[in-house]
Parts: sequence; structure tokens; C-alpha cells
Amino acid sequence: MNVPAPEYRYHTLVVKVENRSGVLARVASLFARRAFNIESLAVAPTDDERFSRITVVVDLESAPLDQIVKQLNKLVNVVEIRELHPGHAVERELMLVTVTAEPNRRDEIVEHLDRAGGKVLSVGTDHMMLSLVGPPGRVDDFENLMRQFGIVELQRTGRVALASLDDVAD
Amino acid sequence: MATEQMDGGRALIRALEEEGVEVMFGLPGGAILPVYDPIIDSSIRHILVRHEQGAGHMAEGYAQATGRPGVAMVTSGPAATNIVTPLCDAYLDSIPMVVITGQVPYPAIGTDAFQECDTTGITQSITKHNFLVTEAQDIPRTIKEAFHIATTGRPGPVLVDVPKDIVDPGNPRSAMTWTDDIQIDLPGYHPEVEVDPEGIRAAADLLRGAERPVLYVGGGILKARAVEALRELAELTGIGVVTTLMARGAFPDSHELCLGMPGMHGNFTAVTAMQESDLLVALGARFDDRVTGKLDGFAPDAKVVHVDIDPAELGKVRRPDVAIRGDVRVAIEALVVELLANGTGDVDRGAWRSRISGWQERFPLVYEPWVPGEALKPQHVIECLRDATPDDTIVSSGVGQHQMWASQYWKFDHPYTWINSGGLGTMGFSIPAAIGAKVAHPDRMVWAVDGDGCFQMTGQELVTATVENIPIKVALLNNSYLGMVRQWQEMFYEERYSEVFLSKDVPDYRMWAESMGCEAMRVDDPDEVEGAIAKANEVDDRPVVIDFRVAAEEKVYPMVPSGASNSELVVPPSQQGQPR
Ligand SMILES: Cc1ncc(C[n+]2csc(CCOP(=O)(O)OP(=O)(O)O)c2C)c(N)n1
Ligand SMILES: [Mg+2]
Repeated sequence: MNVPAPEYRYHTLVVKVENRSGVLARVASLFARRAFNIESLAVAPTDDERFSRITVVVDLESAPLDQIVKQLNKLVNVVEIRELHPGHAVERELMLVTVTAEPNRRDEIVEHLDRAGGKVLSVGTDHMMLSLVGPPGRVDDFENLMRQFGIVELQRTGRVALASLDDVAD
Repeated sequence: MATEQMDGGRALIRALEEEGVEVMFGLPGGAILPVYDPIIDSSIRHILVRHEQGAGHMAEGYAQATGRPGVAMVTSGPAATNIVTPLCDAYLDSIPMVVITGQVPYPAIGTDAFQECDTTGITQSITKHNFLVTEAQDIPRTIKEAFHIATTGRPGPVLVDVPKDIVDPGNPRSAMTWTDDIQIDLPGYHPEVEVDPEGIRAAADLLRGAERPVLYVGGGILKARAVEALRELAELTGIGVVTTLMARGAFPDSHELCLGMPGMHGNFTAVTAMQESDLLVALGARFDDRVTGKLDGFAPDAKVVHVDIDPAELGKVRRPDVAIRGDVRVAIEALVVELLANGTGDVDRGAWRSRISGWQERFPLVYEPWVPGEALKPQHVIECLRDATPDDTIVSSGVGQHQMWASQYWKFDHPYTWINSGGLGTMGFSIPAAIGAKVAHPDRMVWAVDGDGCFQMTGQELVTATVENIPIKVALLNNSYLGMVRQWQEMFYEERYSEVFLSKDVPDYRMWAESMGCEAMRVDDPDEVEGAIAKANEVDDRPVVIDFRVAAEEKVYPMVPSGASNSELVVPPSQQGQPR
């Protein structure tokens, strides 16, 4: 099988779907049935209440992008699919994390946090809760940095994305 | 605009009438009861089946014989699960079908109510689309959408799940207003028919330059009503045609350009011509593994032009050099126009043609002739049947050896005369499918070629045929075995026969058939075959079953062993050693 270059292994699709019950299940079951792998998936309403938007990051090692897009398109409730080419998309992800933070290590944590552009949400006796919004790579890096302090709990949203402004047709 | 107050049940039947439905197949039960009441006053003929699987396959047979969508209606729970197999069958063979299932009342959904099952969940991956209707007012629009989806683009089955409360006149939730002006609302569904002229030009260029081209024709040709166009293309270019199991009849077997059926049990010439070709023009075909054999050994030198209405088929299995998305009839017609305008090229294909005729001479379809003392040859039965029936006879088949012999030894010269289960390979398909076809064409002869294993799965639908006066005929090739599985065990499991022997004498098919109201015969001797068929052809007031006692050891040849390349096609013993 043709393994894509690593930086292109994951590809983001923005899928506009009808806002009806069961549509997310249809998308998920299509991925399962065709043996396509999902790296992350986020669903949200759009400015038009008839539609929702699913941002899905697909793993191109499991199937060619072309097949994934075409099979998704066959779902009657899928209205539109936009492929966001790596390098031509603005992608963000939100992470919430609670880390072990004894008083003598807090400055160090805050220093990392400032450099990444995150926020302190609350501080307890031995713990801090932090948030970070950023490109998925930066969120990954920050997560790795926090390991040395001890991650108590962590949640990430999965990425959402929009086309870069240069690529937006007027 | 005319409006009318009515309940959802009446609206559902009315919506079916508006779609032009003439006949539906089904069986009532609790959840669908309110929809059965208005059937009494409807113009639609309802055929009461004995098992819901029968209803589904009848609807498929009807659809395959006519091109119109088949319709089945059943209740919730076990009835819905009984019709899962036909849905999957229709999905894999792209058959237009609309199935209506009853459901527990909407407020009860999710409570594990009596006969509740998650029908839309279960059938999601085996339908082109499905709906759970939640409001009576939505029923007419949903029915219209279901028919639109089932019959346009790549056809397929659509299921509409209807909770009881919205169709039950006793429930206020069933009240609705009928209006004649119903708009479908499918913002995500736009099947494209038109083809890209660029692709047509590129395909024509490849055709002009090809030395060893083959037209690889699949079931899509029949779905697109492209039989005439295909013939024109073949005759214009002089290129040979293979017709897959789903496309038998799409190109006449008697035509000099016909190379026969490709695939695991295809004939030598069709398989080998594809294998040796330098250009495959795939028309409404999907490179199924039963056609390609081992994929990386398949037609290694061939460039590929692939035309399909479903863009997801293009490149799914084999990367095409030219991919054309759109209706295959539109595409072929455009290709013909292009070739007429700019020529068909001047490559000399004489050498290729003589290789093909060499294969045809050396490797015809053959079987060992019968010798006295042996059991009847199943192939001989098919040949007699073929010769004794009118040209436009419709043949349906079950799944197994008898299916392959029917597809090999019948001569298909007309489209829509061959009805079988290709993609799913559903045992028990033939009898209900034949009933569906006969309902559609009461004036034509309809024969079901069945196996004994298959017959025991759906034979009870002959009761339906008798009671509803649908006089089909059944040629039962009774070898006492699950013959196809036996063949694999003989060839690949050192003749270790595990659980494939049925029985020599139970059931007594003649008695069983008679008890179901059929005329029944049993034939053991080759001398009796023609007489029995002639007698069966005379009967027109009830179904006929002939129990042909055929040889159990007979094998289907040629055969590509599973997992092998098509170049390793195994020919019958009498042809082994012939130069290929
Ligand atoms: C529902 C179903 N179960 C099992 C199979 C696997 N199978 C394929 S062919 C076959 C044997 C069919 O036996 P019979 O109807 O007697 O036909 P024969 O091969 O003997 O002609 C079986 C069991 C199948 N295709 N469908
Ligand atoms: Mg058998």
C-alpha cells in the first residue's frame, strides 16, 4: 500500500450534514463498515439550523482520501464536504488539563503555559487546572511537557478547522 | 390546491398509489395493522407471502424483471429482521426497492417494547438510505423521497420505518392533511447523470490505440437501459464483450462478438481475454473479486476505462486510466458519437481475434456426456430446458452449482430474462424472485432453477404462488447435497465432506410440492427430461415443480480457485493439457 508522507497522513474533512437525528451514527458507522480510521471528530451546529458541521480528521493509512470522500458523499444526509489540505487550513483544538502542581513547581508550569499561550483556570492546594487553545501540534507538545508534572485528568476536543483566508473564494 | 384530511395509514397507501405502485408483497402484524386496513380499498394488489424474506425477494424479482421499484411491507421486530437479507441482497445488486416496516408507537421507541427493534439502525449499512418517520404529516414526502432515492443514480433499497401511532386512526397523532403538491427535500442527494466530454475523448483515444481490447459489461448496463447503446458500440468497434453474472442478457450470447461470462466460473475465453487484454472498458461493472480473482494478478497489462454512475466505484478496486462518472448509457452514446466523428482507429486486431477464436475452439463449455447407469447430468437438464422454452422466458436461480450451470448453459439473447443473486449469493432467492417476475409478466414463462438446499429455504412461497395464482415453474436440480460446498470440499479439503449431505429421500419434493397445490413430477432418467419439461410447459393454472435427480459428483468448470489468479483457471479434465 502507498503510505503517504507523514505530514500528510492525517487529513481534515469538514462535512456539512443535515441536522437530523442519527446522522452522526451514519457517518460513524460508514467509517466502521469501510474500515476507515478516524483520528478525531468534532460536531457542532452551524449558523443555519438545518445543518450541522462535522470536522473529522481521517487517517490516510487506512484508506485513500478519494475513497473516504466519495463514500461519505454517498450518504444522503451529507450535503457538502470540504477537504482542508494540510498547510492550507487553520486548525485549533482545546485542551483542558489538571496537573499535579506542588507550590514550588507552579512557576515552572506557568512559564510553559505562557509560552504556549494557555490560561490557568483554577489553582488548588496541590493541583492546577489549565486550558490551552492552539494548533493540534502545539497542544500535543504542551501535553508532553505536562507529563513530567503528572497529569491527573485531561480532555481534548478534537480539532476544528477552517480554510485559510487566502483560500477563501470571495 | 386540493387538500384532504386523513390519517397517516391512508396517506401512506395513497402515496404508494401516487408513485404508480401496482403490486406489493407483504405480511401484516401488530405495528403495521393500521396500514393494512386501507389496502382493502386500494387499487394496489397485495400479495400475502408466507415468510417476509419471500416478500423482499419477490420485490427484487419484480424490480429486476421490470426496472420499476419493487415494494414490500411488513410489520416491526421479527418481520423487519426477516427482511434484512433481501435488503442486503438488493443493496449489493443495486436493485431499486422500497420496504415499509411497522414500528412501535413513537413514544415507546427505546423502551424495548413488544416487537420493537432498531430497524433503521440494523439496516443502515445495507440500504441506500432509510427513514424513521416521526410525524404523520411527513409520510407522503418521505414515500416520495424513498422512491426517488431508490430509483435514481445507482439504484438500491430504501427502507421506511413507520411508528404505529402516526398511522393509527384511533390516535390523534395520525391526523394529517393530504396535499397534492409534495416537494422532496434532499439537500444532500444529487446523482449526476451527465458525463465529462474530456473523459469520453480520452476513452476514445485509448480504444483507437488498443490491440487487445475487451468490453467488460456489468449489471449497470441493464439498470441504465443501455443494451441498445452497448450493441452499437460493440458493432461499431468490433470489440468483444464479456457479460458478468449480473449482466447476462445485456448482450446476446448468440452474437459473434459475445465472449461469454467472466469470473470464478466464467468460460475460458471470457476469463482469458480479459486476462490478456491491453484495454478493459468497464461499463457499469465493479471489479468484484469473483470477477478479478487475485487482484494483483488480474489483467496485468490492461489499461482501464471505467464508467460508473457511482463515483465511489471509480478507483475503489482497480485504478482506472480514464474514469468517467455518469450514466453508462449517456456515456456509451457519447462514445459512439465521438468514434463516428473521429474514427475508430486503424489498429490491426487480426492476431487478437484469432487468439480469441482459438480459445473458443479449444475451450468451449463442456461436460462429460452421460453414460447408462449414471445419474442425470444437471447441465443436460439446463440445455433441455433452454431448448424447450420460448426465447423470452425469464429464468431465476438460487445460489450454488445449479446457478452457475444455469448462467453457463442457458442462452441469453434478451435483457431482463436472467434474475439471480450475485453480490450476496443468497440461497433461496429463486422461487420468490420468480414469483415477483411472474407477477410483473403474467404472460411470459418464468422458470426457477433451484437447488435442493435452496428449495428448503424458501420453498414455502409456492403456497403463495398457488393461492395467488402465480403459475411459476421450478426445475429442481436435486443432487442431495449442498453441492457447491461439496465441490470445494472435494477440490480443496481432500474430499473430506463435512456437513454437506442433505438426504436422498427426505423431503419427498413431489409430495411436498403437491401439498402446496403444485403439479409435481420426478425425473431420474435422461429419456424423461424432455417429456417432463413439455408437460410442465403445458400447465398454466398452477405452479409446477420437477424434481430432477441429478448426479452429486458433477462439478462446475471452469473454476478459478479462490485466492488464485485468473491465469490459473482450472478447466474440465477433458481440456487439461490443451495449449492455452
Ligand atoms: C443463505 C446462505 N447460506 C449458505 C450459503 C453458502 N452456500 C453457497 S452455495 C451452497 C449450497 C447450495 O446448495 P443447493 O441449493 O443444493 O445447490 P447446489 O450447489 O447443490 O446446486 C451453500 C450452502 C449461501 N450462499 N447462502
Ligand atoms: Mg444441491
